[in-house]
Amino acid sequence: MIVATRYAMLKRLGKYIAIRGTAILVTTIIAIYIVIFIANMGGFVDEIIKSEIQFGVYEAIRNNPAYRGMNKSVIELIARDMIEMEIKRIGLDKPFIYRSFNYLIDALTLNLGRAIRITSASGSRQVRIIILERLPASILLFTTIQIMLFFSSLVTGLYLSRRYGSKIDKIIVALSPLSSMPGWFYGLFLIMIFASWLGILPYGGLVDAPPPEHPLLYALSVLKHMVLPMMSWFIAYFAINTYSMRTFFLMFSSEDYVELAKAKGVPAREIERRYILRPTLPPIVTQLALLLISSWMGAIVTENIFNWPGIGTLIWMAIANNDSPVLIGIVTIYAYLLAITVLLLDIIYVLIDPRIKIGGVGTS
Amino acid sequence: MIKQLTAFARELLIYRSALVGIIIITSLILLSLYAVITVPYEEIVRKWNSIEIWEDFPRNAMPSWINIFTHRKLPETIILDSRRKELGINKTIITIASGKYILRILFTFNYIYDDFPSEIILRLYSNTTKQTTTQITWIKPGEIEYILGRKLLRGYESYYVSSDEEFLKKFNANLISKLGSKPNYDLSVNIALFAKEDPSILSRDTVEVSKGEYRVIVDALIGEEDLGRAQVDAKLVVYGKVYGVAGTDHRRRDLALALIWGAPIALAFGLVASITITFAQMFIAAISAWYGKSLDFVIQRITEIFMVLPFLPILLMISYFYKITIWTLLAVVILLSIFGSGVKNYRAMFLQIKEIPYIEAAIAYGTSSLRIVFRYMIPKILPTIIPTIVLSVPDFVFLEAVLALLGVGDPRAVTWGRVLEDAAREAALYKGYYYWILEPSILLLLTALGFALLGLTLDKILNPRLREM
Repeated sequence: MIVATRYAMLKRLGKYIAIRGTAILVTTIIAIYIVIFIANMGGFVDEIIKSEIQFGVYEAIRNNPAYRGMNKSVIELIARDMIEMEIKRIGLDKPFIYRSFNYLIDALTLNLGRAIRITSASGSRQVRIIILERLPASILLFTTIQIMLFFSSLVTGLYLSRRYGSKIDKIIVALSPLSSMPGWFYGLFLIMIFASWLGILPYGGLVDAPPPEHPLLYALSVLKHMVLPMMSWFIAYFAINTYSMRTFFLMFSSEDYVELAKAKGVPAREIERRYILRPTLPPIVTQLALLLISSWMGAIVTENIFNWPGIGTLIWMAIANNDSPVLIGIVTIYAYLLAITVLLLDIIYVLIDPRIKIGGVGTS
Repeated sequence: MIKQLTAFARELLIYRSALVGIIIITSLILLSLYAVITVPYEEIVRKWNSIEIWEDFPRNAMPSWINIFTHRKLPETIILDSRRKELGINKTIITIASGKYILRILFTFNYIYDDFPSEIILRLYSNTTKQTTTQITWIKPGEIEYILGRKLLRGYESYYVSSDEEFLKKFNANLISKLGSKPNYDLSVNIALFAKEDPSILSRDTVEVSKGEYRVIVDALIGEEDLGRAQVDAKLVVYGKVYGVAGTDHRRRDLALALIWGAPIALAFGLVASITITFAQMFIAAISAWYGKSLDFVIQRITEIFMVLPFLPILLMISYFYKITIWTLLAVVILLSIFGSGVKNYRAMFLQIKEIPYIEAAIAYGTSSLRIVFRYMIPKILPTIIPTIVLSVPDFVFLEAVLALLGVGDPRAVTWGRVLEDAAREAALYKGYYYWILEPSILLLLTALGFALLGLTLDKILNPRLREM
């Protein structure tokens, strides 16, 4: 009897995962294709590359003494041949629509290819190496910021939900309009105060120049450079995050089962842990997971303002240099990570939350 | 209806934050109206991007009101133009020999500031193409006289007094013979022409402005035949270090212009984007929830695709590749956002509303689907989303600033973001031009705060579920 229901449940779960997985996969593929299309300007980037090839070939012929003194029309023929060969070698001789699907397959198989102009610090053109080189900087700064923001506002929010209406609570509520301005905006003011005026913290960058030799000093220097960006995000987002966490916990703490537990005389700490925190766990986990996934993308503007060598600056460099492979690479990895996370969260929800039933009515 | 509105307004004004928000937004709207009514936008764009219009403005000057707060008074710009009759500039003709005349232009001005000017330029104009010899004499208070130079004038000549190395050499030699030593720093022409010539000039820390009446004489040598016909004119500009209410930028442009004109653009951009996007999302969500089935499926999948697309990189790409104007940009922002995550939230609300009995009643007496969507469902959630509209205005104002700051905004537009970008590109923070960053920032800050304060209060009133929390 029990085995039968378990089997039926597993079957339903399998079907559910298959359907969700397919839907997410299709969504991801379409999104990546749109990015490929836009990043190539619908094929316009190819025209730019073609004209560059042409220029390169004529330049090479002009600088090659072997061709000097030859008939103009002969040279023209040779040049045309060389251009055609080069175009074929890169694969630009086929129509864009055809190639765009090749790009899509390459992207989906994570065959990220070579950048057009951007090189890594070590001189490599491999998109994979370029991204991997930038990744630690973004993760170091933004994942740290997000984790610190998340947990500090979680703890403060929980604390405030117990004593809402208190003075600290009112201060947090009053400070929440600060979030109407983005983090980078506070960065401008902080640079002005701490770097330009007081001169105690650096304007930006990852580490002092020249970088300190000793690893400990190096770490301290990096830490010093992280202070201002972190502060700017805290000013912008701490109050609003705490405010929404607190409201969220307040809503759950007015549920009937919490009232019942209180009436039964369950200790306050126990109520908090088992009756409030536990059912709110799934949305909180979702939020954290999505934050962490998006944090590695860096932040384009904040990285720009603080001159931080992360993924955000790389995205901006790729756009400014028409370097579509780099851009497509970043977006593809992001889309994949997002898709996997969403699917995993869906499965975890079904497994841990008894209130979610599979195969029920509703399409969401 | 009116009664309801006044009651609502009264409730709103109980909250001090709403009052502050309304005051800020109203002032911004008044400022925008002033901008739009006084000068047409095209005119402003042309003016802002021109170079000639600004030639008599100081470069990187701070706002004038700085002088109220500082002990050391910074100089204003002094413009003396012999072509402008109202300035009463003395123009005389002196006979020096038979058939030789000098046309003398005499500029007189009082210099009473505590700091040296930022630049000095003398522009000479003559109406003949024949060469005219001119000589410029600079007389400091105390009758200290310097011959600045002789110029051959043909048509138009601009003489950058500030970068006259010849004069500087002579001046230094003169100082050595007068005071026995040379200044211990790189003396600039601006300082040389305005400093007190006593031992204080030898150190950068003690050098002082010699206050009083300055005279600049422009002599042009003309022959008999040109007497009465030759017109020689001169314009002396002693550029100050402060200008107007907002100061100037690196291209001498008056920042006040961009700050005032940035207001209507910021408001229009923010309001149009947030209202259009919210209503479009709501409409799509209502259709999706009401019709359900395959339409719902398609809309939900499209929404998910748009949620995977990274918004800012895509927007940056489009505006970088196509060099679009600010209004096209607005359209792109709207298009990229109408299938945003808002659709999911509103759909969830509509799915609940769909089950409310009055909808069932409407179906029962044969109301059309579109009527149900527009007249029964959307009005039901309208009050709850008004705060969202107000609160999301700053997001779009900042979005425009972000694009400008990253250098992909409309290059001709006159916006706060463009001012910020210029400042950032010219490293205003390193050079200490704080006003340049602070002015647009404070306007952005005020806009954001105004809408945030009003929006949060509206949220408290219109979503009473959260009110007691």
